Amino acid sequence: METMEPILAAHPFFKGLEPRFLKLILKCASRETFTPGQFLCRDHEEARKFYVIHQGRVAVEIYRARRGPVAVQTMGDGEVLGWLWFDQPYHWHTDVRALDLTRVISLDVACLVKQCEQDHDFGFEFMRRYAHHLAVRFRVIKLQLADFYGD
Amino acid sequence: MKAHQPDPMTPTPFVVQRIKRETADTYTLNLTRASGGTHFIFAPGQFNMLYAFGAGEVPISISGDPAAPEVLVHTVRDVGNVTRVICRLQREGVLGVRGPFGVPWPVEGAAGSDVLLIAGGLGLAPLRPALYQVLRRRGEFGSVELIYGARTPRDLLYPKELERWRGRFDLRVHVTVDQAESEWHSNIGVVTKIIERARFDPPNTVAMICGPGVMMRFTILELIKQGLKPGQIYVSMERNMKCGIGLCGHCQWGPFFVCKDGPVFRYDRVRNWFERREV
Repeated sequence: METMEPILAAHPFFKGLEPRFLKLILKCASRETFTPGQFLCRDHEEARKFYVIHQGRVAVEIYRARRGPVAVQTMGDGEVLGWLWFDQPYHWHTDVRALDLTRVISLDVACLVKQCEQDHDFGFEFMRRYAHHLAVRFRVIKLQLADFYGD
Repeated sequence: MKAHQPDPMTPTPFVVQRIKRETADTYTLNLTRASGGTHFIFAPGQFNMLYAFGAGEVPISISGDPAAPEVLVHTVRDVGNVTRVICRLQREGVLGVRGPFGVPWPVEGAAGSDVLLIAGGLGLAPLRPALYQVLRRRGEFGSVELIYGARTPRDLLYPKELERWRGRFDLRVHVTVDQAESEWHSNIGVVTKIIERARFDPPNTVAMICGPGVMMRFTILELIKQGLKPGQIYVSMERNMKCGIGLCGHCQWGPFFVCKDGPVFRYDRVRNWFERREV
């Protein structure tokens, strides 16, 4: 079975990360597999995991009381999913459902935060990547809100 | 003796043979000449002025197959008085047609390159003839990718054709929508995200983009980020064309008349005008 290290090292989110930092991440990592239809997380649950998707595809859904779920984003290989928090655990605000057989490396957020606090160089590097990820997400959401195709 | 050229300002009557509802507000019309006879020869990306008698004239891109010139195909969105009349035509209804006008997509020039066709919303209609031509001469091109985005699955044009294209081994089709119900199994997100997944060799790629301005702007930024040069990117611009032959000035865009110098422009030639809001 392939170890998690080469998967993380090849993943776009972690690409180029120093090996010693990768080792810190591996302390918080475990493998998970989701079959189609299975939820990676549900609305209101505590967000305790940060998912590194390395195979498969998931849909990010918002549940509407009368009309059921609406998917607002799909994510797949090479993407990450989740919140990093430093004070209180955040809660998920969406449901995330596997569309295909999806393999992830899930990172325990409390463990990650601890590693960041113990090694500030690692913490800065990890947060730098996370900030970039959030910036891209915000840009994409802005475009969706702008009704891209409505002109 | 010089051959007789038809007056570009005189509409030719065409008869509606078929009208098909594509989405809630968009229809595809198949037209043939009322007089019968000659085919309608055009190049992918060109447009016609469609005259709804008693209502007015609008510029509409040709969305049919250049290799099937016996039928003239237009996909029209009901967004104003004239297009409303056009969309309500029935079989045997008559339209005036002037054209074809404008600069086409550079399909010939793309031979030997990878081809990216990127459409947003109604923008698939002007790109469809280019895709027909590329597929007809498939061996002349490298990788061919169609990236198409719309608001919802219900807003996708030509869904059956998209399925057929998707089944081909020599074409990669990426369809994405902004949001969807759970029965939708394709991508959800903006087209710019899909570009990251497309297979192309940046120095040897020609990209053709058609869609709303904001979509084209962000698509261009992403393509440049992926390594394309502005001279490899072509955009189709939409302006209020009136005469169609560069006389009236209605469609002036900086130093260009979109009807005559466009609607397809190489991006490096228009990039300084692309971002200017006042033109």
